[in-house]
Amino acid sequence: MSAKAQSDDYFIPDPSPWPIVGMFSVFTMLMGVALTINGVGVGKWVIFAGLLLFAFLLYRWFRDVVDESLSNRYNKQVDTSFRMGMFWFIASEVFFFLSFFGALYYIRVIALPWLGGEGYLGSTQELLYPGFEAAWPSHGPGEMGGDFTPMGAWGIPAINTLILLTSGATITWAHWGLKVDNQKQLINGLIATVALGLIFVVLQMYEYGHAYADLNLTLGSGAYGSTFYMLTGFHGFHVTMGAIMLMAILGRSMKKHFSAHNHFAFEAVAWYWHFVDVVWLGLFVFVYWL
Amino acid sequence: MSTTTLTHDDAHHHETPTGWRRWLYSTNHKDIGTLYLLFALTMLFLGGASAMVIRAELFMPGIQLVDPDLYNNLVTNHALIMIFGAVMPAAAGLANWMIPMMIGAPDMALPRMNNLSFWILPAAATMLILSFVVPFFPGGGTQINTGWTLYPPLSIQVGMSMDFLIFAIHLLGASSILASINIIVTLLNMRAPGMKLMQMPMFCWTWLVTAFLLILVVPVLAGGVTMLLFDRHFGTSFFDAAGGGDPVLFQHLFWFFGHPEVYILLLPSIGVLSHVIPTFSRKPLFGYNSMVGAMLAVATIGMVVWAHHQYTVGMSLGAVTYFMIGTIIISIPVGLMIFNFIATMWRGAMTFETPMLFAIAIILMFTFGGLSGVMLAVVPADMQYHDSMFVVAHFHYVLMPGAVFGLFAGVFYWLPKWTGHMYDERLGKIFFWTNIVGFNITFFPQHFLGLAGMPRRIIDYNVMFTEFNVLSSFGAMIFGFSHLLLLYIVISTIRGGQKAKARAWEGADGLEWELDSPPTFHTWEVAPTIK
Ligand code: HEM
Ligand SMILES: [Cu+2]
Repeated sequence: MSAKAQSDDYFIPDPSPWPIVGMFSVFTMLMGVALTINGVGVGKWVIFAGLLLFAFLLYRWFRDVVDESLSNRYNKQVDTSFRMGMFWFIASEVFFFLSFFGALYYIRVIALPWLGGEGYLGSTQELLYPGFEAAWPSHGPGEMGGDFTPMGAWGIPAINTLILLTSGATITWAHWGLKVDNQKQLINGLIATVALGLIFVVLQMYEYGHAYADLNLTLGSGAYGSTFYMLTGFHGFHVTMGAIMLMAILGRSMKKHFSAHNHFAFEAVAWYWHFVDVVWLGLFVFVYWL
Repeated sequence: MSTTTLTHDDAHHHETPTGWRRWLYSTNHKDIGTLYLLFALTMLFLGGASAMVIRAELFMPGIQLVDPDLYNNLVTNHALIMIFGAVMPAAAGLANWMIPMMIGAPDMALPRMNNLSFWILPAAATMLILSFVVPFFPGGGTQINTGWTLYPPLSIQVGMSMDFLIFAIHLLGASSILASINIIVTLLNMRAPGMKLMQMPMFCWTWLVTAFLLILVVPVLAGGVTMLLFDRHFGTSFFDAAGGGDPVLFQHLFWFFGHPEVYILLLPSIGVLSHVIPTFSRKPLFGYNSMVGAMLAVATIGMVVWAHHQYTVGMSLGAVTYFMIGTIIISIPVGLMIFNFIATMWRGAMTFETPMLFAIAIILMFTFGGLSGVMLAVVPADMQYHDSMFVVAHFHYVLMPGAVFGLFAGVFYWLPKWTGHMYDERLGKIFFWTNIVGFNITFFPQHFLGLAGMPRRIIDYNVMFTEFNVLSSFGAMIFGFSHLLLLYIVISTIRGGQKAKARAWEGADGLEWELDSPPTFHTWEVAPTIK
């Protein structure tokens, strides 16, 4: 790319090796997972290699993007493209979560009552599972995984709710700082957000440990265990990703990469963080509370 | 639409990249479009080969060529390769090539991500092929025998090849989502100044709606197969009644994706027709606004009728009635699109070049498939037809014209633009006729087979079905081999032929025809002004 990039031109990047490296890294990771879950020993190392390649790729790809951004190659229109792109990416994530929420809804509202003898498919119960009483939380007529205690809502989950809500506030505070070029407020806000995010993840891990050790609540605990771990686990994975993104943004803030009018990356991560926050509220209500 | 074109050769600050880097590292929408199309063509032949084995096996009753497991494996892979490997990438290839040229944009909005969405496909295809071949290696487990719908509990019992398939679906989904994001952003943000949404060429509209659908439904499929993976390996019971789950839950998740998916396959081709038919009728498209409206209606209603694929699993009477009515209602906007096409041709100065022949064939045959769809939509009737060859006939009559032939029409229509050469019209017509005749001989008899009670996805059949099966297999040979002619035409057009003018077809309208054939590496670096 010659230096003749005018600021009013739409930026078209030069040919880049990172997409195809991305393909190799993702392929390697998935290959590794496929081998591991089928009991092939080398699988772990394949996953590890894939992860390394993936981390390297993310680093290099984003370094290119940051360089381009700092040398003002992105005009307003490019910025809008990025924003729209992030928006639709989050929209697709919403639907990913919806599939798990949908599964929870279906199992609780439709499938379980049938197994319990309700409705026009009630004969299922008579024929297959006589005497089974459907009540949520359930591990099904097969009593999968043995007796368990469901996770209460008002312990760690409630605390985690407060933590995430607070982190939503701190990142907004950081954003306000950024908008008036108050770098100190930006950095402090981000540090607080990252810290809260990490505390959340740690508490969540503690909660899992407690569930496995004391409550006998495992992935194998029938429909309840399945939906509980799938939803909270998928969310926890997103929080972890979000926290990593926040740390990257924090690093960039410390290098003074953002200004009041050029900070798409910050906003993208903030949106993502709010999205993760909202999903948590759904989880708190439907998985823990009701 | 009139434009002021600025020729602008001095502003070449991009070198045209050369060698393998040009393709592997590409950030150019035309090159990426070409990659998509070549990938799709390869997959078309791969999927076609598996179909030929299927039809060869069904030529006679009894079990001759393959064993039942391999047969089911072939059926599964044929569908997945064709849908995810051939049709969707081909449509994405057309989108890549044409959308920026049609809306006066310098490229796709996010060019590097564009390349990523393409390059994920070969990885996914490798996974898909692995899922097919792994069982043939020692310790590779059983073959996939579920069909493309992957219903549990069968899909939970299959060996490790199912894991490869699940990951292939994840990859394919990621690719589609990234491509859709790119297309939406391009269409919303990159239109030449002055081009309003309601002035967008119809192909762009169809892709906008398709991309929305993809973003909404593909993640749900990904979620569904993820739960499948967990049920298989991590002890969950989403789809196991003993644990309080339900195998039917998977069907809901699958078809929540699966039904919109048929519109995802259909709409880009409808977009192609919206250009081909006006061009060769020398009239503007009839009812632009109603076309857009119909499409939005199809997409919206199409999201909430999925369970017409599950009438026989035992849903409540209220539920099946709802899904039946919803499904039948969709035929109204679909029919409206067809009538718009017919009205476009009405009193036009028509000529019948290959793309137009395909367009007319599509109108006839797609309508036919739509009618058998309405038959299937009726619950008590579908109780008889479900999982029979009648369903196979239905979806081949909608998908082959509605998706594949539309893509063929697009390829013939835009080949002169892409390569700068006219294809050989005589060969094009020969291809059209062998293709269409082969197609109809293959799939028409399957209606009768289904109505007479022949089930789908079964390797053997009662001797009373022999005649129609022989006919069908005979047609399949014509149909299958006719694609070699397509390959020949494409290759020879790339290599040479009569020079194409910028406006390769005299009736063609739109920004893409203002550009040279073939267009320069970068086009519309200065946006045209739309008046
Ligand atoms: C007029 C509109 C349509 C109606 C009313 C309709 C109705 C139906 C119904 C009720 C079924 C389920 C049959 C069964 O399994 O028993 C079905 C299957 C199918 N339809 Fe349609 N359809 C329509 C249009 C389309 C279009 C436009 C496409 C694709 C472009 C399509 C593709 C399919 C496919 C692929 C299947 C079979 C899926 C499978 O079981 O593997 N249909 N259709
Ligand atoms: Cu359908």
